[in-house]
Amino acid sequence: MEIVVCIKQVPGTTEVKVDEKGNLIRDGIDSKMNPYDLYAVETALKIKEDKGAKVNVITMGPPQSEAVLREAFMMGVDDAYLLTDRKFAGADVLATSYALYQGVLKTGNPQLIICGKQTTDGDTAQVGPEMAEYLGIPHVANVKKIHEIKESSIVLEMDMPTTLETVEVQFPCLITVEKGIFQPRLPSYKRKKLTAKKEVVKFSLKDFVDQDEKQYGSSGSPTQVERIFPPDVNTDKEIWEGTGEELGDRLFKKLVDLKFV
Amino acid sequence: MAGIIVNQSKITDIDGAIKLCPFNAIEYTNGEVQVNAACKLCMICVKKGPEGAFIFQEDKAEEIDKSLWNGVAVYVDHLDGDIHPVTLELIGKAKELAAKINHPVYAVFIGSNVTEKANDLLYYGVDEVFVYDNSALKDFKIEPYTAAFEDFINKVKPSTILVGATTLGRSLAPRVAARFKTGLTADCTILDVKENTDLVQIRPAFGGNIMAQIITPNHRPQFATVRYKIFNAPEKSETTNGKVTVGTVPQDKLASAIDVLKIRQKEAEENISDAEVIVVAGRGIKKEKDLEMVNELAKALGGQVACTRPLIEAGWGDPKKQIGLSGRTVRPKLIITCAVSGSVQFKAGMSNSDVIIAIDEDPKAAIFDVAHYGIVGDIYQVIPSLLEKIKSM
Repeated sequence: MEIVVCIKQVPGTTEVKVDEKGNLIRDGIDSKMNPYDLYAVETALKIKEDKGAKVNVITMGPPQSEAVLREAFMMGVDDAYLLTDRKFAGADVLATSYALYQGVLKTGNPQLIICGKQTTDGDTAQVGPEMAEYLGIPHVANVKKIHEIKESSIVLEMDMPTTLETVEVQFPCLITVEKGIFQPRLPSYKRKKLTAKKEVVKFSLKDFVDQDEKQYGSSGSPTQVERIFPPDVNTDKEIWEGTGEELGDRLFKKLVDLKFV
Repeated sequence: MAGIIVNQSKITDIDGAIKLCPFNAIEYTNGEVQVNAACKLCMICVKKGPEGAFIFQEDKAEEIDKSLWNGVAVYVDHLDGDIHPVTLELIGKAKELAAKINHPVYAVFIGSNVTEKANDLLYYGVDEVFVYDNSALKDFKIEPYTAAFEDFINKVKPSTILVGATTLGRSLAPRVAARFKTGLTADCTILDVKENTDLVQIRPAFGGNIMAQIITPNHRPQFATVRYKIFNAPEKSETTNGKVTVGTVPQDKLASAIDVLKIRQKEAEENISDAEVIVVAGRGIKKEKDLEMVNELAKALGGQVACTRPLIEAGWGDPKKQIGLSGRTVRPKLIITCAVSGSVQFKAGMSNSDVIIAIDEDPKAAIFDVAHYGIVGDIYQVIPSLLEKIKSM
């Protein structure tokens, strides 16, 4: 079987700061694979080990996002695809999902598509379900456990707020997996050397089936960022300073006042 | 193609130009300053760059007739007919938004044996509840639920649709939004509406300490998800003017490739979203063992302990106890944060709490922006001193 895992490069820290005037402060440039995607890659590799599968990874982003594909190589995936084009820039959830959908079509004929639960930079958890809609296949989110891989279906455990549901889904399908489904393996140095010369397949708009520019990037994004601004500051507040002892005492009195102790 | 056009002749300081971009989307290649695929169209280069160097080129979009889309709709989140309280909070917000633009408030209720429950919603000010009641809709399966939602939208043409950002809502809303090729903004913390019916959606963005105001100017319906405990539920009224309308989904659209084999109840567990008092441990905690002190304080106040993302990443906490956009939203009567720096992600998950007391060494910590009482001090001194006083009561 063929599996595609969708991954993303995210900032290494979640701290993009703003100065007093509301300007973004450029922080450290380091970036990494979205931590939730490590679980998605691991899930695919586990299936590969158990049942035999070809595991492909795909990402969309600037050329430097190749780094996360290389990391996936080091974990043991077979082929990697980078969707990169200036025309993909400024994509919201819908345009991102559409480009990934077009990219997935180019990888072959996957039965299973795996996404991480969400990314740490967007935190929306919406790209997986939107891709599944474009692909016209069922999806199951919040997958906590894989019970069984059958010939034409997969049996999963879905984590809902008050229940755990065991469901069987026919292939092809898309799943988004929870953190902790498996412990992600570390990238191996041996594989790093083995895959150092391995090519990452790069696709731009002209490689896609649908080459209509209006579907991609900012043009294909129904949502628009109108403005960005620093969060409200609560001006109605008290700031206390002093020694630890004084502060502890003052806090105690305040908690008594407020009837919490 | 919308995007940033670079006017090379206006750029004298190449390094300075590259540094304008917080997302490293400006690069110097082949002797030219270029904007690469990392661009998020934040417009900082347009505003802060040399005059005329970076120009935003907009698409000419086909205008849609917004007057054809009428109503603010809420998706009714439920489990076997038990309505999730986020639904009422969204109805409260929907009423506010609808009143500003003189639209009706709708609810869409999809499930099995739910028609009777639908009546209850009318007492919260919904003008019309659309019910899809079919045994095939008993368990949540994505294809039939999407089909019912699709039928509702085609029939009613609501301008705005609010969905609770629950496990189910986060799976269903994007699916339906993609079917209509329209915009969806996740986890909004503030919602408003313009005269032209554009929904103003505000949420923390770019994974940092920034809020983004997002609109869906040329697509309908406009989808937004909102977490539990962000808005207020309306009072139940004695009377109603609304009605319940039953919709049907064609039989062939109720088919699914998903079979639900077994449903197990999870053991009831402590849920920080329900706690009245919460003490939060932040990244300033030096050792795992020091969490004991935070536990002790929570216990003394009859509350629960929660933590921030860095602690989860360090493996010191249970992810279910994490507050913030990637964790839970809380709204307790009292929250005490201990050495929490206060990222936007975190604050979005707790800033509606009644009393916020923040303890942190750094007087510039962002947590003090939302605190009612900001205590500039070392938790390793303040907490033991406080505990001692509580104990000697």
